[in-house]
Order: sequence, then structure tokens, then C-alpha cells
Amino acid sequence: MLKDITLGQFFPGNSVIHRLDPRTKLIMVVAYIVALFVAQSWVGYGLLLAFLLWVIRISTIPPKAIVRGLKPLVMILLFTAVLNLFFTREGMVLVDVWIITITTGGVNRAAMMMARILMLISCTFLLTYTTSPISLTDGLESLMSPLKRIRVPVHELTMMMCIALRFIPTLIEETDKIMSAQKARGADFENGSLVERAKALIPILVPLFISAFRRADELATAMECRCYQGGDGRTKMKLLRYHRHDMTAFGCGALLVCAVAVLRYFGL
Amino acid sequence: MRPILEVKDLNYIYSAGTPFEHKALDSVSFRIDRGEFVGVIGHTGSGKSTLMQQLNGLLKPTTGTVWLDGQDIWSDKKLTRQARFRVGLVFQYPEYQLFEETVYKDIAFGPKNMGLSGEEIDRRVREAASFVGLTQSQLEVSPFDLSGGQKRRVAIAGVIAMEPEVLILDEPTAGLDPVGRAEILGNIAAYRQAKNATIMMVSHSMEDVARMTDRLLVLNGAKLAMDGSPEAVFARAEELIAMGLSIPQVTQVFLHLKKMGLNVETVYTIDQAVAQLTRLKGGQCHA
Repeated sequence: MLKDITLGQFFPGNSVIHRLDPRTKLIMVVAYIVALFVAQSWVGYGLLLAFLLWVIRISTIPPKAIVRGLKPLVMILLFTAVLNLFFTREGMVLVDVWIITITTGGVNRAAMMMARILMLISCTFLLTYTTSPISLTDGLESLMSPLKRIRVPVHELTMMMCIALRFIPTLIEETDKIMSAQKARGADFENGSLVERAKALIPILVPLFISAFRRADELATAMECRCYQGGDGRTKMKLLRYHRHDMTAFGCGALLVCAVAVLRYFGL
Repeated sequence: MRPILEVKDLNYIYSAGTPFEHKALDSVSFRIDRGEFVGVIGHTGSGKSTLMQQLNGLLKPTTGTVWLDGQDIWSDKKLTRQARFRVGLVFQYPEYQLFEETVYKDIAFGPKNMGLSGEEIDRRVREAASFVGLTQSQLEVSPFDLSGGQKRRVAIAGVIAMEPEVLILDEPTAGLDPVGRAEILGNIAAYRQAKNATIMMVSHSMEDVARMTDRLLVLNGAKLAMDGSPEAVFARAEELIAMGLSIPQVTQVFLHLKKMGLNVETVYTIDQAVAQLTRLKGGQCHA
């Protein structure tokens, strides 16, 4: 059950997308999100969707994996769609019952918002699916390094993020184990009232917290033993360097953003 | 006599449909009689832990059937829940699952979930505590103030308190010192004798399984590779070594002696070795 959580999961592979510099991918994701908000028409969305599908195809990530990742978002999607459907008063009135008014503008807006959220989430999934957590944080650190000038502890922040990402699967596995152990003693997590079910979480949360603290302690000791002392003067084993395919990617990204902007200029 | 546990053609696949898919169990079948002490050995990742979780209904087999006392545990929701209580499962490093304020409350968690009366819970908690050698005063302290070995015994008592007919232990002595190991193994034997319970024990210590069990299941690459008495299994030393397992040290010594031409039988416990050596000293030695 918990194994289905795909947050931050990495699908190892050797496609062009996998081999792109993490900074390129991060910038591309930001550019794509900007393009999503610039686009105002179905033509623009169509273009963006085609681009996304093309990238998913060459990334060799199974489309199933992306669909599975989107499943937990169904509630948010429905919520947004319903809000837009009922509170937009534009175009022709389709339904007008009691206080509910649905207009063609509302239907259009709701569909667009859903498409926008779906594409936004899919492209970030594509990033985490094709980039290992370590190179992702390396890329982030490098992109945020100008902030060091104004004394932002960039290295420490990215290190924390890296550790957090690294421990998500570990903690999920641990939760699974503890749940099994308590189930073996007859704990019931699926039945009962809301209060009973909340109470049933105590036998999981207490051991989980204890083990998280234990792991944090062990990790701190291990890092100290290796003389870790933060970002100052630290060198990298893998230096980030842009290659030719990164330039190609930037070119494609720039073209896409320009195309969407031009479409908007012409009111499409 | 009807076997207490029987499994047939058990298959289990993890993460089906992802790049991480792998087969953890491949058509495993066996039956276990009431009162048997069965050891389960196998290399890391051979499917031992997965198999143990099938037997009390924690994991549902992808295909195949598990019968507990003649009833398919997946045929009815009530039976599945019953299986959790009738087949007690002690996980690896069970001390990490303790959560209550006192040892007493933690041991009482299982019996409480069974819906027993207060007196019955009290009786079971005290009895389980005495099986694992915890004193009455220790029942009132926080489990987190105990030593590692004591925590482990509290966790085992938590399962024993449900008085399962089949007690399954996944490496109960891992990470303990020799004294702690001997104590835990003694506790398990005591429970078996008092309740005429069936025991299954996963272990990496060939010495332990040789001394304690009357039957061994050997898992290799998700398949049941051998099923027989310790003598029969340890006689196939070369196959075991090829699977990344070993045989008890004393068996190794005696196999070597045999190769040197000594008239000895294969032994697998120290007691048997002593008997053999005494017989040899009795005058039949011709080496």
C-alpha cells in the first residue's frame, strides 16, 4: 500500500533525458511551467502537451508510472474543476438551477485548469523520475550558488534536502515493517471510527519517530567520522558540465516558450 | 493427523509491473504437523521473510493457497484475522516495534486486540513475561529503559501472550551476545513444551537450527530447495555451500575426519560428536 507512493522516486535509465545535466532539467521544468501559464488557448496547450508526450517517449519512462503518480491528485483536480465550473460567469449559460449557474466559459476554464495542473505535475514527475536525488541536489546547489553572496547557506540547505529525499524510501519501508509487525499482533488500521483509527496510528508513530531519531543520530556520527564540515572548501567528485545535448535541450525549450508566447500574442 | 499448516504452489511477486518487479516465492509447497520444530534457512533474499508473512495472512499470495488447520485462510475475512492470532509472527529486530509506556501494556497489546477479558489479559501477560524471564518489577518500567536483549524478550512476550498455536520467529537471536542467544532459544523451547506449540524459526546460525529443530526447510532463489531432517539436509553439505549457506562447524570437522579415513558418522551437534568420540576412544580407533 505505502509502496505505491512515488514521490521523489527515481527510475534508473540511460536515455538522453537521463543524461542531461540536472541544471538543464531544472531550468527546463521552470521554463515549461512558465509556458504553461503563458498559454491561454487550447492550441497552446496542445503544443505543450505534444512536447511533454514527446519528452516522456524519449525518456523511456513507462507512461503507466506517470499516471500512477497522478492518482493521489484526483481530489485536488476535482476541487479545482468544481470551483472553476461554478464560479465563472462567462459565455452562454448552460445550466441555471437554484444558485447553480454553469456557463460555457466555466466549462472551458475548468477543463483548462485541469489540463494545466496535470501537465505541471507530470513534468515535475518526469524530472524526479529521470534524475537521481544526488544529481538533483547537485544541480540545485549549483543553480542557487549566487545566493551564497548574500550569506544563504546554500550547501547546507541542499544537503538537508538530499538527506530528506534519501530517507523517504527508507522511512516508507520502515513504516511498512512496523505496520506489519503491529498487524501481526492484531492491530486494525482499516476499520473503526475516525477516533479509533487515529488511535490505531500510535503503535506506528511512536516506533517510527524513535527510529527516525536513531537514524539521524547514526547519520550525524557517520558524517562526523568522515570529517564532514559543510560547504566551505568542499570539492565535488562529479563536476557538472554542460554538453551538446544540453544546448539542444535549451534550444528546444526556448523555441517552445517563444512559440507559446507568439500564439498568445495572436490571441490563440 | 491433519497438518496444522499446509501451503501449496505459493507464488509471490513484489512490485508487479514496475522496473523493481521480482519473484520472492516460486511454487513453494510443504506441510507442517502439530508440535514440530521447523528451522528455515536460506541465503539473504531467498524469500524466507516473505514466506513467513504468508503463513499468518499478512501478505496475500499472488497465487497459491495457505491452509491453517485445514481451512483456507483467505477464504473468509474472519479466518484471515484469526490466522494473525493463531499464527504468532515475531519479526526481525522486534524490539523496534515497542511503543507503550510500560512493558506490561506493550505485552498486553496483542491480547487486547483479541478482545479478551481483563483477567485473561492479565494472566497471559504475566505468563508470557515469565516464559521470557522478565521479573514482575520489570513489567512496570518503560520498555525504552531496558537493554537491547531485554527489549527483544519483551517483544517476543508480546506475541507469546496471544498464545499462538504456531509461533514463527524471524532470526530471533540476530545481534545478541552468546548468553542472550542461549536465553532466547531456551525461552522458545519452554513455550513449545508448555503449550505443545508448533515452532518455525528462521536462522542464519546452523549450530542453532541443528541443536533445536527436528526438520529443516532450505530456501534458495525463491524456491524450496530441501525439506528434511537436519541429518539429511546437512549430509548434502556441498549443495548447501553452493547456495551460499554453511553447515555446523562440528559437522565440517567430522566430514573432514571421515575423509581422512576415520570410522565416524556425520554429526551435527556437539552431543553427538562427544558420543562418537567416546565410542572411538573405546578401542575401535584405527587411524
